[in-house]
Amino acid sequence: MPGILKIALKLLVNDKSKFAALLIGITFAVFLMVMMMSMFSGILARSSSSVYNIGAKIWVMDPAVNNATSSIPMPDYVLSAARSIKGVKYAVPLYFGGAQVKLKSGAYQAVTVVGLDDATLYGRPDLIEGNIENIYAENAFFVAKDAEFSKLESPKIGTEFEINDFRGVVVGLAMVASSGLFGVPTLYTTHSRAVTYIPSTRFTTSFILVEPKSDADIPYIQQQIKKLGYQALTRNEFVKKISDFYTYKTGIGMNILLMTAISFIVGLSISGQTFYTFILENLDKFGALKAIGAKGRVLISMILFQASFTALIGYGLGVGLASTMIILARIRIPDYAAQVTYMTLGFAFVMVLIIAGVSSYIGVRKVLQIQPFDIFRG
Amino acid sequence: MEHAAIKANGLEKWFGEGEARTLAVQSASFEARYGEMLYIVGPSGSGKTTLLSMISGILKPDGGSVIVEGKDLWMLESDEIADLRLNKIGFVFQDYHLFPRLTTAENVAIPLILKKMEWNTALKVALEYLEIVGLKDRAQLPPVKLSGGEQQRVAIARAIAGQPDILVLDEPTASLDGDTGRKIVEFVKTNILNDKRCIIIVTHDSRIDEYADAIMKMEDGKIIGVERNRALKGVGE
Ligand SMILES: Nc1ncnc2c1ncn2[C@@H]1O[C@H](COP(=O)(O)OP(=O)(O)OP(=O)(O)O)[C@@H](O)[C@H]1O
Ligand SMILES: [Mg+2]
Repeated sequence: MPGILKIALKLLVNDKSKFAALLIGITFAVFLMVMMMSMFSGILARSSSSVYNIGAKIWVMDPAVNNATSSIPMPDYVLSAARSIKGVKYAVPLYFGGAQVKLKSGAYQAVTVVGLDDATLYGRPDLIEGNIENIYAENAFFVAKDAEFSKLESPKIGTEFEINDFRGVVVGLAMVASSGLFGVPTLYTTHSRAVTYIPSTRFTTSFILVEPKSDADIPYIQQQIKKLGYQALTRNEFVKKISDFYTYKTGIGMNILLMTAISFIVGLSISGQTFYTFILENLDKFGALKAIGAKGRVLISMILFQASFTALIGYGLGVGLASTMIILARIRIPDYAAQVTYMTLGFAFVMVLIIAGVSSYIGVRKVLQIQPFDIFRG
Repeated sequence: MEHAAIKANGLEKWFGEGEARTLAVQSASFEARYGEMLYIVGPSGSGKTTLLSMISGILKPDGGSVIVEGKDLWMLESDEIADLRLNKIGFVFQDYHLFPRLTTAENVAIPLILKKMEWNTALKVALEYLEIVGLKDRAQLPPVKLSGGEQQRVAIARAIAGQPDILVLDEPTASLDGDTGRKIVEFVKTNILNDKRCIIIVTHDSRIDEYADAIMKMEDGKIIGVERNRALKGVGE
């Protein structure tokens, strides 16, 4: 490290109270920003969990649907029409519904029931335990082993329960890629059993899952479905639709954005203000350096170094603190919805650079303005 | 060898705007020589600091020229002037301006570090200069732990660490008691001054007059006289 930067570092770090205030400001801002955005990412990822867990390529739905778990059932002709579109390998109905389960202990628990097409079981989950054939057995249900699993009193194969006054028996455990947002366990069964056990509206097709012959057929299929007055979305499009819904059509996105902005402003003011005081207090020293023969760019490099050093440490502390918080929260609430994404880290990093940039800009301006003559005159 | 370290020609400096515009220094011409300790004396407000700043590359004059080591100082680019200050001129400020958060040794090492000397070497050299001013055992302390006179010596060590040909001190004794002030100037005269160095001191402390080789008097921004060869005279008395 060039000696002059070492000097800059010592000036900064040896001023313990100010350095601490700077770090607290930035750490606090980063912590809040990362926390907010991680929670939001977590919520978004959860909101699309069904779409990930039921791995269909194309989802057909009513255009008004913006969430996998609150669907609008479609009449049967849509299914037949979908089946006859050129490029469709197969199209099957998927049922999504809510039910009450009475557990062995006598407690009631709300569940989401997914009814898979009887003939193909398309969209079925990977299994941890049990044999998929057993789904056809009497009263058979698979239980998703997600974060909500314990709410069903951690059932095993053979565990019995009541579902809307019908008997149900667990025949296996299903793997999931991601847990849902609403804290409700998921059961899988056949479409026909789901429809029989759960009181339904006239139509029972929540979604139609379509497998195209090839990816090249997708645009044509989407176009034909649109002509029917319905919407065919690829998995990613559906996930995006759900995310957009939560981001823009509910208060969540706006609130998170506001909180992030406030964290940023608070962090910026604390650190900017402290850094400014730091520069002001050292102004005569910078002036003396200038008189001794330090060029403007040397002083600028010192200030930039001080600002970015603080910013990077604060960033590390903030991210570390947020991650620790999330890990601690997970110990208490296993399905705590928060995930630290690279995007969040990148965003927080950019914000920290802006904080450092603004602070050093103010400092640099001040330092370049001082006249060694004024220092000399005392 | 050229005897003049600094040659000032018709220097002029204005301050303020409109009504308040005043001439702080006018048609100041003089030279400061190698091997001599030159005092600039005069009443408060007579323009001593202003003149000192113009000849040491800190304040741009409104008229006239300054020749340092054969170069027309104020015709240089600002970066070149900064380099000239760094390499040729050492400053001792009235308020010392030492960094309270650095050790005494690090403070002294600053000109060397600005000259891009490697950190450990610079600190070693700084120790040598602290030894010259008799403060080697205080090297690891922050300057605030030192007395006023000791801080002044640290400031002197910092000013000479870069081995400048010209050393300028503004009121070096102003914030010291009489005895300490005398000792500092005596120290500078016997240990820092040599044939290849020129020392310019602004002061209105007459108690230190005995150490001056030349005394230049100022009044109302004008140089009203220079008295030379005092030391020779002083020796005889
Ligand atoms: N930045 C400035 N703006 C306005 N006037 C100034 C400025 N600097 C100096 N002056 C004026 O110029 C004149 C000379 O000032 P200077 O500081 O050179 O005097 P000095 O002889 O060093 O005085 P002292 O012994 O009190 O230090 C004074 O009248 C002073 O008020
Ligand atoms: Mg003065």
